[in-house]
Amino acid sequence: MSAPMNILVIDDEVQIRKLLEITLNSNDYHTMLAATAKEGITMSVVHPPDLIVLDLGLPDEDGQVVLRKLREWYLGAIIILSVRSSEEEIVKALDNGANDYLTKPFRTGELLARIRTALRQTQNTTQVQKLEFDKLIIDLTTRTVTLDNEPVKLTATEYSLLTLLAKNDGKVLTHQYILKNIWGPGYTLQSQYLRVFVGQLRKKIEPNINSPRFILTESGIGYRFCTKDED
Amino acid sequence: MKLNYFRQNSFRQFTIAVLSVIVVAFICFLFVDYIGYRSVALLLLATVSVLAIFFSRFPVFVAAALSALIWDYFFIPPHFTLHVESSEDVLMLLMYFVIALINGVLTSKVRELEKLELQKEERSNTLKLYKTLFDSISHELRTPIATIVGASDNLLQKDSNVSENDKSNLVNEISIAAFRLNRLIDNLLNMQRLESGMLKIKPDWCEINELINSPVSRLKNELSTHTLKIEIQEDFPVIKLDFGLIEQALFNLVHNETLYTPADSEIVITASYNTNHLIIKISDNGKGFTHQELNLLFSKFYRSSVKTAGGTGLGLSIVKGFVEAHGGKVSVSNNVPTGAKFTLEIPTEPFELNDYMDFSDMVVKKNMEHETLTDIYTPKTTNKSKSSDKTTQN
Repeated sequence: MSAPMNILVIDDEVQIRKLLEITLNSNDYHTMLAATAKEGITMSVVHPPDLIVLDLGLPDEDGQVVLRKLREWYLGAIIILSVRSSEEEIVKALDNGANDYLTKPFRTGELLARIRTALRQTQNTTQVQKLEFDKLIIDLTTRTVTLDNEPVKLTATEYSLLTLLAKNDGKVLTHQYILKNIWGPGYTLQSQYLRVFVGQLRKKIEPNINSPRFILTESGIGYRFCTKDED
Repeated sequence: MKLNYFRQNSFRQFTIAVLSVIVVAFICFLFVDYIGYRSVALLLLATVSVLAIFFSRFPVFVAAALSALIWDYFFIPPHFTLHVESSEDVLMLLMYFVIALINGVLTSKVRELEKLELQKEERSNTLKLYKTLFDSISHELRTPIATIVGASDNLLQKDSNVSENDKSNLVNEISIAAFRLNRLIDNLLNMQRLESGMLKIKPDWCEINELINSPVSRLKNELSTHTLKIEIQEDFPVIKLDFGLIEQALFNLVHNETLYTPADSEIVITASYNTNHLIIKISDNGKGFTHQELNLLFSKFYRSSVKTAGGTGLGLSIVKGFVEAHGGKVSVSNNVPTGAKFTLEIPTEPFELNDYMDFSDMVVKKNMEHETLTDIYTPKTTNKSKSSDKTTQN
């Protein structure tokens, strides 16, 4: 195996820093800790990490500003930490270039999964021809989808939606991002189309419509394609 | 706001007071030959007294003064002057003034006393409510904290002989306690949003399966001891509402079900769309409620007589507040043969299927890659025929 991945944690709460340090170190990551935005930015310049965990509520600078500053030059993954019921903040951060988000309180298992996904996505740029998730297989070259070896009939829009989500598996995509990518920049406010198509797509690919396994809803934020069966 | 309302209200009172005096005086003027001008004074006095029952002090004074002037000017001979000839009439006019004024003062005093009494009662009710709230919140806070303190102490003890299995149980208890605290904070924040009057709903398009599944999946662990059935009407349209608020309302209702129905109970969630209303019913086959409980359930901080850990009396008030913020209503009744049934009714506009069809055509024009709406398996030739079908539809 290669050298351990470097993760920079920027959070003003000492308890969270301690928790993340223990969790990340015990999972073979190398951890750097910063308590303020200033300290964090300096550390990220001196020792560019593979991934940054950034708390949005920092004392010395607005987290969104820190995020924008980092994104001016930093190409690695950034995962933001936020408090619940601040969907607008989260959507804004994702639009500002964050790869993913977690709300406090979060499960460390969830955090590790998000970190793995984000690292994989920033490092893996090879072209794939086939996406496979358990029994769902998307062949990008022939534009065909099969579920349980049975072909799934999709409309062109449904297919684009599915591939957009699946290519970003594990990562949350905001409503606006999906609308812009599938329907075009003029449609970012037409969320009803997205609801209709996600509903139709789920009917065709989800084994149990009452408990989606592939396309997960992130309340007030967007959708996430689930890589693995959770339980 | 309040002052404005008061001003509007007092303006209305003045208008009504003046008008009613004029109307009574006019009627009396028509019949003055039959009833005599002195009984007109009594009739006007009666009018002022009636006004004094309903109105505040100043409109009553105005009505009293006006009616005295009218009586003097139009009724006391000589007519159409303010001059009074007989000493009897002077005395009568004077007495009229005094009685009308006393009327006004007395009734408004009584009214003020009543108001004070009401305020006092309200204040003591609010205090009582807050006491109940704080009692239940501090209890609700302390229980999980006690669990966390106790369990972590136990785990930190170096020479303890707790088995590995028990250790993991303790850790699990800490986790449960922490999430319970988190839920309480969510509820407190939601209650504060409602109470402060700062709640603004942000309606957006929602899909019914998402709306129902989201709270259900958040409660996956709590629901593991119950049987859950979800029935959603076919062809449910996409609807417009504040997803976050209604999701929280459903979460609270389903969470209550897990708290207040015995294990193995069946919970049924049904959703239908009827005449521009979303109707969600959550029913169970538990014990149901007594008649008194059914009436009290949605009042603030009410807690069921079956005190269960995890309840604060906040949950249902939040449900009510969030649903009413949408112009909807929430009700509860007993289920047949047993159990309870909560019903949410929320007015909401549907997204018409027609719009969606139009839109699909726009996609076709907009993006070359999305050539057709037809399935991607059909050969190109059928694609063409299908897309021409589409154009004829529109």
